[in-house]
Amino acid sequence: MRPRFVRGVVANTLVALFTLATLLPLAWMVTVSFMPRGEASSFPPPFWPSRWSWENYYELLVRREIDGAFFDYRVLPALWNSLAVAALATLLALLLTVPAGYAFAKLRFTGRERLLRLLIVSLVVPGQVAMLPLFLIFRELGLVNSYAGVILPGLAGIFAVLFVRQATLAIPDEMIDAARLDGAGELRIFATIVLPLLAPIVVTLALFVFLGSWNDFLWPLIILTDQDRYTLPVAIAAIGREHAAEGELMMAAAVVTTLPVLAIFLALQRYYMTGMLGGSVKG
Amino acid sequence: MTRQERAAWLFVAPVLTIIALVFLLPTLLALALGVTDYSIYALADWSHLRFVGLGNFVTLFHTPLFWRALTNTALFAALGVPMAIGTSLAAALLLNDATVRWKPLWRVALFAPYVTSVVATATVWQYMLNTRFGLINRALAWVGAGPVDWLGDPHASIPAILLFVTWKIFGYNMIVFTAALSAVPQDLMEAARLDGASRWERFRHVTLPAIGPTLLLAAVMSVAGFLQLFAEPYVMTQGGPAQRTTTVLYFMFDEGFKWWNLGQASAVALILFLLILAVTLVQARIGRRYEWL
Repeated sequence: MRPRFVRGVVANTLVALFTLATLLPLAWMVTVSFMPRGEASSFPPPFWPSRWSWENYYELLVRREIDGAFFDYRVLPALWNSLAVAALATLLALLLTVPAGYAFAKLRFTGRERLLRLLIVSLVVPGQVAMLPLFLIFRELGLVNSYAGVILPGLAGIFAVLFVRQATLAIPDEMIDAARLDGAGELRIFATIVLPLLAPIVVTLALFVFLGSWNDFLWPLIILTDQDRYTLPVAIAAIGREHAAEGELMMAAAVVTTLPVLAIFLALQRYYMTGMLGGSVKG
Repeated sequence: MTRQERAAWLFVAPVLTIIALVFLLPTLLALALGVTDYSIYALADWSHLRFVGLGNFVTLFHTPLFWRALTNTALFAALGVPMAIGTSLAAALLLNDATVRWKPLWRVALFAPYVTSVVATATVWQYMLNTRFGLINRALAWVGAGPVDWLGDPHASIPAILLFVTWKIFGYNMIVFTAALSAVPQDLMEAARLDGASRWERFRHVTLPAIGPTLLLAAVMSVAGFLQLFAEPYVMTQGGPAQRTTTVLYFMFDEGFKWWNLGQASAVALILFLLILAVTLVQARIGRRYEWL
């Protein structure tokens, strides 16, 4: 088995190098964020900080008094905003789409097939088409620059409904019918029989919605006008327009934005990967 | 109405209402908005609103920047799709090799960029691509190539952004291809091996036909994705240099929310929609051909 051994070494080395190259930008983001100010702008560009310092994070996250006036980049408020928006969006999206997906799969009602077809057809329309009129509608409703304005469009979860429906189809009808014969109400059947069976799907969906909301950029950029309401990506983009040259500071900002979602993804990647292949949820 | 029917409506009505209000209604309104001259004046007072018919489209077709944006977007798609799909396939084939160990570990690591925020990682890559202090040019210097002004040179900016986009998204199709590769018929592979087919011949005549439909579908879906580039040029180049990275969506955003020409911007949105619709129809066709639908 000598050729096989050689091939194994070559293949494994290639994979390792490829992975290393892929993770390099993320690793560099972290190391630069710990460099003292100005070090990243030296030549040749260093990979490792000469001394590890928290000063970029301090400057970015802590409110300081400069010349009698308070100054901060408003990253911490943006972090809370992003967290609250993503958590609320996830919770509401689950509350709305999971029962609907179940109903489309297992409950009989007039117009079901037609509505289902309508939902599938509307998948063709990209979200950007609705954005401009939606902005005008929200303006009339006074939702511009509000968290409701940020969250609402994300709750129109057509993909999520179809995703839950697809997963629910696998639950045997006999189980639900038996519960009905035993006299259980529809709400009770959903809560005690269906929901536990759908638990992995719900976790997967929650992960998709949370990451989607956390990373969303274009809509929050449009709808939020007040700096104090910015979500993280919008805040980072705004800081970047003024401080692009300060590499260490920007890398710290990128770390603050990226690390939380990477951690969540790593913890729940099993669900994410199977969810990606199982349903046709938009990435 | 039966009890079941009542429960069903209780379950579907809330989400359907929201879909109707924030998606279906605005989409229909987009058609209406596209034939008006909705601008900052109409924003202040509705009485300034006029019907212009296809006027917005005529104006667009006479706007050089619109054509620039279309050309740029087409370039992004034409270069980006092969780049992204090629990288995904290479990674999937590499991971599929029987001798590779710790596959789940590599898979997760290679997928990681996909779940990061575009804005945050674009910021990182803006710095990676920096002419003097970026790692990319440092790597080029090692092999003796001169520094490239990646984000400042009109000819380099599209490849530079594509490098970032490929890095960010290849993990997605890699996972899809890994699943497709695991369905390649092994008995056929074994037969080809016994018949003395070379590695390339086996790939060409066994693997490729088996994963072909997946490959095609991924390519078509990637085109739709590349048509929607926005955050990358917004963060990395602000549409420059020389407007070389102004995409259709970037143009729409500027037209709509910088200059407040919402009628004009709606016309752009509708054109973008038609482009994506065309791509989707091709996708549906391919799907039917291979009997997935």
